[in-house]
Amino acid sequence: MSDYQPRALILRTAGTNCDRETEFAFRLAGAQTSLLHVNVLREEPGIIAEHHILAIPGGFSYGDDLGAGTVLANELMTKLRAPLDQFIEAGKLVIGICNGFQALVKTGLLPGLERWRQQATLTFNDSHKFEDRWTYLSAPPNRSPLFADGERIYLPVAHAEGKFVVEDQSVLDRIRASKQVVCRYCDPDGQPAGYPWNPNGSMDDIAGLCDPTGRILGMMPHPERHSLPVHDPRWPREGLKDEGDGLRIFRRAVEFARRELAAC
Amino acid sequence: MQYRIEVIHKPEAKDPDGLSALADVRDLGMESVRDIHAVNVFLVDGELDRAQVRTLTENLFIDPIVECYRICGPGQEDWPWAEGQGVHSIEVKRKPGVMDPVQQSALKGAEDLGLRDHVVAVRAATKYLIRAELSRRQLEEIAWKALANNTIEEVHIDQAEVAYPLQSLQYEFELKRAPLRAAGDEELLRISREGVLSLTLKEMKTIQRHFEDLGRDPTDLELEILAQSWSEHCVHKTLRGHITYEGPIPAGWEEFIDEEGRLVLDNLLAQTVARATRELNKPWCISVFEDNAGIIEFDDNYGICFKVETHNHPSAIEPYGGANTGIGGVIRDPLGTGLGARPIMNTDVFCFGPPDMKEDQVPKGALHPLRVMKGVVAGVRDYGNRMGIPTANGAVYFDERYTANPLVYCGNIGIIPRAQVLKQARPGDLAVTLGGRTGRDGIHGATFSSVELTSQSETVSSGAVQIGNPITEKKVLDTLLQARDRGLYSDLTDCGAGGLSCAVGEMGKKTGVQVEIQDVPLKYEGLSYTEIWISEAQERMVLAVPPENLDELMRIFTSEDVEATVIGHFTDDGMLKVEYGGNVVARLDMGFVHHGLPRFEGSAKWTPPRLADPFLEETWDEESRDACRLALQGPEDYAEALRRILAAPNVRSKEWIVRQYDHEVQGQTVIKPLVGVDNSGPGDGCVITPILGSHRGVAVGCGLNPKYGDIDPYHSAASAMDEALRNITAVGGAIKRAAILDNFCWGNTNRPEQLGALVRASLACYDFAVGFGVPFISGKDSLNNEFNTGAELITIPPTLLISAISIVEDVRRTVTMDLKEPGNALYLLGRTYPELGGSHYLELFGLKGMTVPEVRVEQARTTMNAMSRAIQGGLVRACHDLSEGGLCLAAAEMAIAGRIGLRLRLADVPYGGPPERRLDQALLFSESNSRFLAEVRPEHREEFEALLTNVPFARVGRTDESARFIVRGSQGQTLLAASLEELKRAWQTPLVPH
Repeated sequence: MSDYQPRALILRTAGTNCDRETEFAFRLAGAQTSLLHVNVLREEPGIIAEHHILAIPGGFSYGDDLGAGTVLANELMTKLRAPLDQFIEAGKLVIGICNGFQALVKTGLLPGLERWRQQATLTFNDSHKFEDRWTYLSAPPNRSPLFADGERIYLPVAHAEGKFVVEDQSVLDRIRASKQVVCRYCDPDGQPAGYPWNPNGSMDDIAGLCDPTGRILGMMPHPERHSLPVHDPRWPREGLKDEGDGLRIFRRAVEFARRELAAC
Repeated sequence: MQYRIEVIHKPEAKDPDGLSALADVRDLGMESVRDIHAVNVFLVDGELDRAQVRTLTENLFIDPIVECYRICGPGQEDWPWAEGQGVHSIEVKRKPGVMDPVQQSALKGAEDLGLRDHVVAVRAATKYLIRAELSRRQLEEIAWKALANNTIEEVHIDQAEVAYPLQSLQYEFELKRAPLRAAGDEELLRISREGVLSLTLKEMKTIQRHFEDLGRDPTDLELEILAQSWSEHCVHKTLRGHITYEGPIPAGWEEFIDEEGRLVLDNLLAQTVARATRELNKPWCISVFEDNAGIIEFDDNYGICFKVETHNHPSAIEPYGGANTGIGGVIRDPLGTGLGARPIMNTDVFCFGPPDMKEDQVPKGALHPLRVMKGVVAGVRDYGNRMGIPTANGAVYFDERYTANPLVYCGNIGIIPRAQVLKQARPGDLAVTLGGRTGRDGIHGATFSSVELTSQSETVSSGAVQIGNPITEKKVLDTLLQARDRGLYSDLTDCGAGGLSCAVGEMGKKTGVQVEIQDVPLKYEGLSYTEIWISEAQERMVLAVPPENLDELMRIFTSEDVEATVIGHFTDDGMLKVEYGGNVVARLDMGFVHHGLPRFEGSAKWTPPRLADPFLEETWDEESRDACRLALQGPEDYAEALRRILAAPNVRSKEWIVRQYDHEVQGQTVIKPLVGVDNSGPGDGCVITPILGSHRGVAVGCGLNPKYGDIDPYHSAASAMDEALRNITAVGGAIKRAAILDNFCWGNTNRPEQLGALVRASLACYDFAVGFGVPFISGKDSLNNEFNTGAELITIPPTLLISAISIVEDVRRTVTMDLKEPGNALYLLGRTYPELGGSHYLELFGLKGMTVPEVRVEQARTTMNAMSRAIQGGLVRACHDLSEGGLCLAAAEMAIAGRIGLRLRLADVPYGGPPERRLDQALLFSESNSRFLAEVRPEHREEFEALLTNVPFARVGRTDESARFIVRGSQGQTLLAASLEELKRAWQTPLVPH
């Protein structure tokens, strides 16, 4: 089954803008992709089940004028709840990047302690502004098949609302205890550090999370913007690598689907 | 019924809007204000019960983790941490008719919640709760200087629960005519002025004659249509005018000199900028000066188009909205080029007053430069980022004369299949509007741009300013390209200045067109036919659609909630016919609309200024003598001089701006605007790969030198071109496959001196484009950039922006400017001349000078070609062009960005000029053109040098591990020694306080 191509659904809507490069990264990683507008899924919700991976890419869905991801989260909850529940129950992968992460957190699918009830948020950066900058991530021991324990990845963030905040301390305690934190912002040596390495003031330097099953993942940094060696801002200094750091996230998603979901 | 819902951050959460407002208020010097909370106010009109209002609020209006809310009314909750004794409130709300994106999002959310039928309207306001002892006057100052803009917003101070009734507007049709035939000269001018038509007497008389021949008076709309179509903004009548110029004439223009020694140009643009392109006749130019953007060949399948526009006057009055719609507008240019290009990159270049200007020096009626800058940057950020287009190249320039008349240049690059370049509406095609609805916004933008700004402009011209809604435009982009790829329409253009009037008029130019105005979808009722036709409401495009394709086209748009509407059809009678409910409101001959404009006749004059220059003793006077002598002696402390130049607003790091732009969305930016060991060095140009996964790229750069323009616009223009081409060369582009754009921002060219400066710059455009072998493919001008304070007229310096784009064969052979490793050689390519005129060095002594940098174009071309070959050959580790601050700055920036030590020797610097002017300070700080620094590994030195035939060069430095920057003078003495740390600190002096 090693040449089996899992199917990734890249969801877009008004204001999605990282869809093409997300699709590109999934293809590089060996997936078949469909890039579909949310209206298509609302009309034919059955399409979702035909896929193994659902990706919600970055952007400003519906303008984010009521808060990042708010209107899209509301739409997912009111219009696509059943097919999403089914997709999740089937053990398939969901990945939300940047605006996709914001939407997943606002639906409550992440951290997912209680599905469909919001328990945390991604709010305004401490710097009060949108910032595009590269930072390092380190992965603690975690439940996600997409992050290997202890690895370090260099990725860009580009957002105004990326500060992870929980409803109360118990939420943080629980997601830490159940190894749901998949990556933390860190300095080049892998150590916890303040701004700008933690670009937004996130609690506990949290940059990415998974749900208690490990199969729903969300992250603020953009792995699709480092799928190629020329994406690395330091390639002119350090030379071209074989592939971009971010590609491994997509590869692992594809490998996981190949391994676990080929029968679906 | 109206509900008022107020949302505030919980006491333990950070309130970003409150904190930003607090910072802005502190900028005003009101240090006593300790605490500001921002309250988001939602006004919901509709038939809802409280439970439904709660559902709406909890799902859409609040983030329950950090915010709480109350529904206002009896028994509402108190917020003791924000309210109470000694707290003032200032409530800010957009005026009726100004775009409010909250409405659209809220209605979409309500629909998903099943509540759409119950909601009539949702509007938003922001209430600031301010804890401080403040007088009414102080509160007003805070309101208008920090929180709101009178052009688009209304303010309520210390008023509890302001009610905002929904207004409904009515319009009753009445055909209006302008009594032109009976009017005398004064009356004609009055009609033009009062209607903000910006038509001259000669033009008004031409219109008068036309209607005398027709035997009737024009309708108000016909007059408006002509004013829009004939506006400077739409036809560039000055640049296309017949111009007689007196003053020094550069060599090569002899054939245009008349008996009296004057230069006579029949059509300035055609004989300078466009002529260069024509003569160069590059086979890879696909479309030049024809369409909304110029197009060059990218590869066998695709073309690349590039357009830069300005949005100066709107940005002066309302910086956020002005810049916002500036970038939104220029994105529609490539989108509306050919049958539609996919926008892939934005550029932005701004000119502002000094950010640290004292409040009392700001001319009355103008906004403080800091506020202008913050607003403009936020405007570009919010639109460009939401569109998902990386903003990856630009520049910022400060000069006092831009205070009341800032310049906001926005550019966009797109990629288009070569098969989609040609378009032509055919008789029988339907005219279809697409995207945003039409409202009373942006009336008279095209003609307003030709008006001199005054302290009253804000009140007179508020209609010309608007706020964009990028999501509407993003949806248009998403769907339009699907329709393009299915071949569903035959012509396309964007609605920019002049609105439907210009867009439809332009498309129907060769055929004729008939339109029913009542079919145009409106944001709200109450618009007259004229307002609808000339409104410059944003995010609209016009298509010509063969009737048989209409259904399929509509399905595409509807499937993604984009509104498209048939408003008329193209004819074959060569007439522009506009009806309102069946009544003819305009009927004009396309020939008269597009060719009836009388030729502009201009007289131009230019006299060289006389400015004190240390090298020219005859220019010294009492005031400048000492400064000139000191400049000749050289700085006492070179390190201090370097630090001061590094910290100068024009030089210091622009990271604060660059980071607010998403410069990597689309995953194509491979040389980023910030480079170096910690991604903060000033890159020369950026490189993107328009096709994901391909290594073929484009390099983009820009140049402008307003300071040189004060000395001589001819050399200033040449220098701007040289700088833009240096930028693309330094990253690995090549002038052999480069094209350029011109954007002139000038004062009032009805004054011969201003026009004279424009002529000189235009002559340079021809001379140097031909000299470099680089064609212009598109351009734009913005004249009348002046501000009348009542007491004096402030004119901007002549400002020519040159933007350059080059095809890069393989982006893996590009470089950045940061030094890479110790032990390498640093080469200087190009000759240094004693050209301190307009330099940062002379500015240290309060001087401007006359010895402006010139471009020796043969040499420049040879140097750039050699530099490109060396980079593409993989022989160069780092390359930086020499610009502001000369050799010293360029070398220091390379060392800072790479955190690599550098020793520089001046003894061997290639020099051209009289021996007595070969001073160390001239070698270090002269801003001579066409020079590069290149870092080369020892093993590549021989091969590198072998490439430099006919290029003046020298090995001037060596990289090391010291973390210091050291310069030895011509005599071997240590001139300057500084740590990279301190230099970086100077260079990173914050652009804005806080």
